[in-house]
Amino acid sequence: MTAWITVPVLGLCLVGVVWTIVMIARAQHPPSDAFFVLLGVLMVALVVQLVVGGVALARTDRPVEGVTFVAYLLTDVLVVPVGAALALVERSRWGTGVLLVALLTVAACQFRLESLWSVGA
Amino acid sequence: MRSPGERTTDAPVSPLASGPGRILVALYGVFAVAATGRSLVQLGLEAGNAPLAYSLSLLAAVLYLVATCCLLLGSEAARRTALVAVCIELVGVLVVGVLTYVEPQLFPDKTVWSHFGQGYGYLPLVLPFLGLAWLLRNGRNQGSPPPGE
Repeated sequence: MTAWITVPVLGLCLVGVVWTIVMIARAQHPPSDAFFVLLGVLMVALVVQLVVGGVALARTDRPVEGVTFVAYLLTDVLVVPVGAALALVERSRWGTGVLLVALLTVAACQFRLESLWSVGA
Repeated sequence: MRSPGERTTDAPVSPLASGPGRILVALYGVFAVAATGRSLVQLGLEAGNAPLAYSLSLLAAVLYLVATCCLLLGSEAARRTALVAVCIELVGVLVVGVLTYVEPQLFPDKTVWSHFGQGYGYLPLVLPFLGLAWLLRNGRNQGSPPPGE
């Protein structure tokens, strides 16, 4: 789609994944405030991606599956807050594990978005 | 493994959704959304193409939703309902997994369970085993709650 937003999102996911694994390994839970700042930045990036992706979809001539594409964009935005809500109630390492699942889900959605977009490129 | 006393939950949380169960809720939740989305798009846009595959996508969606909700509810009835859903899920992923290799012409379009969930990192194959283990273990501990903790 647009690399300038996909690459930072994947970068933030990667940092978050490593961070959660370190927190789980060191039994640091609940996660620090700094970690939630990272999630906040990721959220903002995903909202930007939702807007950019929607505009790009409206303008493109490619045979992109529009409904699926938008569904992935929307899911991506929702995964982080829902994951954080699930994690905050469970203040053990399993709660941090939920954040790991959420970050991996966002990353997986990025690859799906990219493959949906690259059809007919 | 006992859940350690480090958990400081104020709200009443379903025993099936706490500790390792939280991860299962997250995973089942992701697959509930993924399968529901997939089946709605498939049935809404191209229902005639592959009725069997699309019906299976819908079945998978319903099973994942039921399992997620039952884990969050956490009662004994919910645990049994989840057990049934997870067993059907296990049979589904195994049968569809085998059929997509043996009789690929039955599946002109993909389902969540195609090729044992290959498109989803084989998680659809792993998930029912994790679910079964968790639900059965909680069933055994049900009769004897840890005293005064």
